[in-house]
Amino acid sequence: MIINIVGLTGIALIIWWFWLYKPDQTVTESNEILIEVKNGVYSPASIQVNANQSVTLKFLRKDESPCSEVLLIPSLDISEQLTLNEVTPIHLENVPQGEHTFHCQMQMYRGVLTVV
Amino acid sequence: MSAEVTQRQLVIEGAGCASCVGKIEAALKQTPGVQNAEMNFADRTVLVSGTADSQLLVQAVESVGYNAKPFEDKPDTDVVDEKEAADRTYYKKLMRDTFIALSLGIPLMTYSIVVDEMTVETNVERLLWLAVGLLTLGVMFFSGRHFYIGAWKSFKNHSANMDTLIALGTGTAWFYSMLVVLVPEAVPLMARHVYFEATAMIIGLIDLGLALELKARGKTSEAIKRLIGLQAKTATVIRDNKEVQVAIEQVLFNDVIKVRPGEKVPVDGVVVEGHTSIDESMLTGEPMPVEKSHDDEVVAGTLNKSGMFLFKATRVGKDTALAQIIAMVKRAQNSKPPIGRLADVISAYFVPVVMIISVLSALAWLNFGPEPALAFAIVSATTVLIIACPCALGLATPMSVMVGVGKAAEAGVLIRNGEALQTASKISVMILDKTGTITEGTPKVTDIILANFSDEKTVLQLAASLENGSEHPLAMAIVESAHDQGIELLKTEEFNAITGMGVEGRCEGKALLFGNSKLMASKGVGIGNYSEKAQTLAKDAKTPMYFAVDGQLAAIIAVADPIKPDSVSAIKRLQANDIRVIMLTGDNKETAAAVAKKAAISEFFAEVLPEDKANKVHELQQQREVVGMTGDGINDAPALALADVGFAIGTGTDVAIESADITLMRGSLHGLADAIAVSKATLRNIKQNLFGAFIYNVAGIPFAAGVLYPFFGVLLSPVIAGAAMAFSSLTVVSNANRLRLFKAKDH
Repeated sequence: MIINIVGLTGIALIIWWFWLYKPDQTVTESNEILIEVKNGVYSPASIQVNANQSVTLKFLRKDESPCSEVLLIPSLDISEQLTLNEVTPIHLENVPQGEHTFHCQMQMYRGVLTVV
Repeated sequence: MSAEVTQRQLVIEGAGCASCVGKIEAALKQTPGVQNAEMNFADRTVLVSGTADSQLLVQAVESVGYNAKPFEDKPDTDVVDEKEAADRTYYKKLMRDTFIALSLGIPLMTYSIVVDEMTVETNVERLLWLAVGLLTLGVMFFSGRHFYIGAWKSFKNHSANMDTLIALGTGTAWFYSMLVVLVPEAVPLMARHVYFEATAMIIGLIDLGLALELKARGKTSEAIKRLIGLQAKTATVIRDNKEVQVAIEQVLFNDVIKVRPGEKVPVDGVVVEGHTSIDESMLTGEPMPVEKSHDDEVVAGTLNKSGMFLFKATRVGKDTALAQIIAMVKRAQNSKPPIGRLADVISAYFVPVVMIISVLSALAWLNFGPEPALAFAIVSATTVLIIACPCALGLATPMSVMVGVGKAAEAGVLIRNGEALQTASKISVMILDKTGTITEGTPKVTDIILANFSDEKTVLQLAASLENGSEHPLAMAIVESAHDQGIELLKTEEFNAITGMGVEGRCEGKALLFGNSKLMASKGVGIGNYSEKAQTLAKDAKTPMYFAVDGQLAAIIAVADPIKPDSVSAIKRLQANDIRVIMLTGDNKETAAAVAKKAAISEFFAEVLPEDKANKVHELQQQREVVGMTGDGINDAPALALADVGFAIGTGTDVAIESADITLMRGSLHGLADAIAVSKATLRNIKQNLFGAFIYNVAGIPFAAGVLYPFFGVLLSPVIAGAAMAFSSLTVVSNANRLRLFKAKDH
């Protein structure tokens, strides 16, 4: 009985932690934001910018894994190859309001750009 | 963001004298945030240190009358070299990690197979297994650290990835084993089994899989590497009457560049001195070298075969045709066709779902499993976590697209994105524009039938002299023909163009008339039975025109736009692939019928205006056809845009890269058949990969959870799961690599 409760609680925690919880967003009014690509994550992974604000996302890839090599922003038709240990800038202008997910080819690295 | 002191390099344009140096340096030094600025006059670059950004620096240089651009982009060749070096280092690291992990894992696994007992019953066994547990911890630290760090970072980020599954699986096995060793009484006697060999073997096998996958991935980008390899690294620029060897990224607009025989053309430009032949096959696929002399265009990446020449740079850096082609291929290689979207959706939810299945599996064993239920629960939960492979799903589409788009580029076909690739594989109707697509697009004089004149050369001389200066394609064909035969043109007077009929004028005292039968009738020139000869020519896809001298018919001159030599075989290739080929043209019915017959096309529409071409595309789409439209990208723009896939025919390197879904770099229609063949092969490959990845996960996860146990008493070992997981993504990459062997011409 106890083990079942523990197991079901574990499942509930998995659902809450990975799907329901909304992490804090990095709100920026700067025109540039540095995003580190390291250890399987983008950091920050959740960015909020204002509509009509031109912004340059500067991806600094520190992860050797080839999975981190390609960055895609499908809603903006952007695909970029990230060079190891270098900053790859992606300049965005007039980005439509809403959420724009950015991720690697396999969607293991994931982040979101929210335009409000 | 805090402003950091950095060094930025600018390339300066328009600095022609040494005194410019002081002016530019002074302007930069007065810019807020600039600490120092030093200009190298020889290569026209300036190095600026400080906190000012590039835009401010460019403005400062422009304020004193020069142009500047930031020099930050590395040439693609350097990027490729660096990437290969980084991949080699990472490969070595993964192989070292594999060696360390398997050095412990293999002996342990061998022991478990031979002895078939890894239980903890006595204190001596506890001590021995404790030592093994600590060694396994060492393996986890040295060889598997990247999984645990990645998993932790992802967890903090509220996301989960492959690292999460591996870290949870190996971590569960290790912690359970250590619990058995350290607090055996906490675990039922029958369940006192250790799984250190599983932890070490899984880490070793997955590291090995990653290393082999890295190698295989390198091969998928061979096509783009070949394109990048076409770029020259340096150029010989003439500055201040001296030859200066500069890096390719320092070549400026309007620089005069010297190219010796055997050298590559470094940037795009126009020949200003010299004569040579250039091999453009690497870009256009055309095998014959092209003669180049004054005012002819040359493009970056092509090979100078014979003479030395000077040319003026018109497009440099990222603006060259080659750089744009490379950028487009790279972009397309990373884009996904719609077929991959389902896999994307699944990937996004995959890992947490697997974690839930793992918990459910453990609960099922604990509730309904035989003894030792705890051990079974641990094994099944671990195996579920390890066997699940989000990578195989995630890699299935992009790896095939990478190879397929590269393969197409090698055949001179530029595919804009994954969607175009997928749609091209489904095309059921191909609409071909006639002029410039099926035909050469440059009319030529094909027949001169003499009437009341005995000298063909004089007829051509007079007709060409009359038409000289006209920009009408037919007139240009006649003038061109005279030039080809070395005929000197004469001065004409009283030239008059008669709309819809032709032209008239005087030359050497003779009254000349050139045009259609209406012109002859209106001027009272009898054409007699020559009208029948003209009709025969028209039926043979030629345009006949009457030429009269001093009121008497002198000759019929026929002009035709010849069909490209390989158009017929290319059209037959399309038809053999069950594609309905339709020709559209603005020409009259007779000419259209004649060209269609010669080109083996049974369906055609003549006298179609450009806007009606789009209507025709729409009409076919309403009949549920998937329509491909092929045109020159200018007149056919509306139809190209409306078609499911628009193919632009590029003539040589003058490609309208952004104008269509697919651009054919050479003029041959075989490019169309190649594009469709590559698209079909790529889609087939993607489907194989997706099917394999889905089946692997759909079958593997329940198998790992133990669904076969009640029937056959079989439960999968976590080590086997680790090996299967490691090699599933390798299989996907290897299958994508098979596409490299695909030969479009055979299809």
